[in-house]
Amino acid sequence: MSLLEVNNVSLSFGGIRAIDGVSFDVNPGEVFTIVGPNGAGKSSLFNLISRFYEPAAGSIRFDGQDLLACKPHEVIDSGIARTFQNIELFDHATVLDNLLIGRHSRRRTYWFEDLLFLPRVRREEQEHRRAVEEVIDFLELAAYRDRMIQGLPYGVRKVVEIAQALVSRPKLLLLDEPAAGLSVEETENMAWWIEDMQKDLGLTIVMVEHDMGLVSRVSDRVLAIAEGRPLVEGAPGEVQAHPEVIRAWLGGVDE
Amino acid sequence: MKPRFKTSYDADIDRFQGHWHRVQYLLLIALALAAPWVLGSYYVGELSSVLVWSLAGMGVMLLVGHTGQVSLGHAAFMAIGAFTHLALMLRGWPFLPALLAATLSSGISGALLALPILRLSGIYLAIATLALGVLVEDLAIVAEPITGGVRGLAAPPIELLGMTIDRHGTPIAFYYLCLAVVVLVTLAYANILRSPTGRAFIAVRDSEISARALGVNVTRTKTLAFALSCAITGLAGALYAHLIQAVNFESFLVIISIAMLLQVIVGGLGAIHGAFFGAVVIVALPQGIAISRDLLADVGIRVVAYPGLDMAVFAVIIIVLMVLEPRGLYGVWLRVRTWFQLFPLYRKGMFRRARSYLKTERLK
Repeated sequence: MSLLEVNNVSLSFGGIRAIDGVSFDVNPGEVFTIVGPNGAGKSSLFNLISRFYEPAAGSIRFDGQDLLACKPHEVIDSGIARTFQNIELFDHATVLDNLLIGRHSRRRTYWFEDLLFLPRVRREEQEHRRAVEEVIDFLELAAYRDRMIQGLPYGVRKVVEIAQALVSRPKLLLLDEPAAGLSVEETENMAWWIEDMQKDLGLTIVMVEHDMGLVSRVSDRVLAIAEGRPLVEGAPGEVQAHPEVIRAWLGGVDE
Repeated sequence: MKPRFKTSYDADIDRFQGHWHRVQYLLLIALALAAPWVLGSYYVGELSSVLVWSLAGMGVMLLVGHTGQVSLGHAAFMAIGAFTHLALMLRGWPFLPALLAATLSSGISGALLALPILRLSGIYLAIATLALGVLVEDLAIVAEPITGGVRGLAAPPIELLGMTIDRHGTPIAFYYLCLAVVVLVTLAYANILRSPTGRAFIAVRDSEISARALGVNVTRTKTLAFALSCAITGLAGALYAHLIQAVNFESFLVIISIAMLLQVIVGGLGAIHGAFFGAVVIVALPQGIAISRDLLADVGIRVVAYPGLDMAVFAVIIIVLMVLEPRGLYGVWLRVRTWFQLFPLYRKGMFRRARSYLKTERLK
């Protein structure tokens, strides 16, 4: 059974149909990539899954439950964590603090317990820190643990954002352009992290990405969309070579 | 600055980062306890005033500095706290239960008002809270059975632990009372900041979108911040009533709300210290102007006492700080401290703010 089922969703902004009848299934443990030219609706699809946008039609099911019944802040509780295209970290805090905020969906204490800092709060904090340190080890962020985000290079911030999503121990990770703005070596590292997350953590990953080198290296399946409509779905090589896809990217020769 | 060698998670979770940190704060408490025995009763009164404004400032800081929601109407919650407290005491309630009731009533009214008001953000939120401030001014006159109408209410002396505490009769006891309340609230505030609740506040302040994606219920977090903030401010209002002995609608004009907001900005947004630094400025400034006027008169220069001159000086201080050190007096303090810690290795650009990258365009 597939982990994420997106069924015939549509989204409109006023008169513009941003997404028009897109469907896809993501199987547990695979890396599923959505590609498409600028403005094709890739990030809008992510925002639909994150429940930031309300679809005009269609359904989204995750792990057997109806995702459209969740509020945006409940999505992570069901096991979906995400990153953002332009990095939405908390600039004036350290890497460690950012990762601790990532544990928010796992908090069990009430505010009045926090106010008094009861022993239970301390135990929970220790547990949060243990989980955070595991992720810091996994993504080799130890050197940056106590550094402010605002002083970090862009490439490191990208990894920190993935770490922030990982600390909640999700089942599905949504990566919005993980390699955008990265150098060749950093993109290479990103490919390693994605492969490690898939193999070592058993994560299912849905990714939006432009870098076709990265896409064909890590993806199990690729969905190409253009102007909000699905074009082709299949293995990375097939999709890249498909005439429809080439026409959508480069323009047709027959027009 | 010697790096600390941490061997357990508790080293990070603990309130004090190492022994020296703890010793510093114990020294500060000792200093605060010793102060009234060294200073004259006038200055003890001024110190009590600093403490009360620090308390009010902490209320505003929690909301503005840590949750990023502006309020131009916080004097309204001081008023709710003060009038509830005095009205209950005048009906025979003992001091502590009345104080607790005042805190709760302003906290609950804050939570109830937060529900509609926090649907707004930015400038609209500021205007709505401003309107609230004006509204409570009028309510303080209209609700005569509770507030004593235009005349207002006089604060009865405090009966506590078999002592009678009165701001003028026993200024030192009143000072210690304020100190105890301030220390307790500061500890609770620090607890909030080192726990998930505080992290949620800061997440909402820095990026609502990201906070939501990480599982923070933004509406509930803002409401909680508003309620806690108003509760602390209401508590400050109750003590303020005892400090100035009699309150009426004029004690909580909108200008007080604005002064409180400026207080936390001058002190340094986003740090508990900021509320204290700001309180010192707010209390010391009018006195400083009066004293310097007297000094000038002594050497033969006569300066007319302009009403509102302290606010003007305050405004100039804010403008200068915003240009030179947007993190306020707390930022200045950080720089000075680092200079001493690193002496002679301090570099000029150490506190220059790094460039920030583009944020996701807001999704609303």
